[in-house]
Amino acid sequence: MLTVEKLAEKLGLAVIELPEPDREITGGYAGDLLSWVMGRARMGDAWVTIMSNMNVSAVAQLADVACVVFAEGVVPDKEALDRARMHGVNMLGSGKGIFELCADIASAMAEYAERD
Amino acid sequence: MSEALHYHFDVDGASFANAGRASVETKKLLRQLGVAPEVIRSISVAMYEGEINMVIHAHGGDADVYITEDTIIIILKDVGPGIRNVEEAMKEGFSTAPENIRALGFGAGMGLPNMKRYSDEMHIDTKVGVGTTIELWYHLKKN
Repeated sequence: MLTVEKLAEKLGLAVIELPEPDREITGGYAGDLLSWVMGRARMGDAWVTIMSNMNVSAVAQLADVACVVFAEGVVPDKEALDRARMHGVNMLGSGKGIFELCADIASAMAEYAERD
Repeated sequence: MSEALHYHFDVDGASFANAGRASVETKKLLRQLGVAPEVIRSISVAMYEGEINMVIHAHGGDADVYITEDTIIIILKDVGPGIRNVEEAMKEGFSTAPENIRALGFGAGMGLPNMKRYSDEMHIDTKVGVGTTIELWYHLKKN
């Protein structure tokens, strides 16, 4: 089972907030338009984005994704962090671009799918 | 039908900081009541879209949640500008949101389509210059 904590370890991602380290990652989604994310992302996805405002935390929580992964070295703003802390939203970060990051996450998922 | 539980929330139209409060509170309530996770997720997303719409277009409004044994009804009511053309507003990608809203990641023209996608039934009652009321219905499956 690929958990958020294991993904962070495996890919060397920065841990921004990790209130639920054992949450399982069951899929992935990339996007910055929040309504698209709410419409298309699934429960348990790792959501890769460069959007960094507080609404990201609300969307992550309400759409029930496993974690948010900020790409391109983006850092969430203070309101987003406060909200993530308050509502138990996992947040990771990476300096990589969205495409590369998604490819890395996909290969980690594939590796763990084989193991299980 | 047994007596419905009723919860009321004011949707503050002043800022995006509070947008989502009603959805978050409702999500907590539904969790406590043991509603299925997928249903909770659908309600959370649809209700959040409704709240965002009220903040963008209508200076806030009221959100009411009614819960019975087999049905959950969310009623979102505002006294905003109303929707001029509902059919057009229901199309994915159609948006009248201003540019500053788009910079926040909203205004993609997915709000109403997402509310429809994430409800079993959606009813829109709107009048230009008067306001909009949207009802979202969820039929709960018996275990």
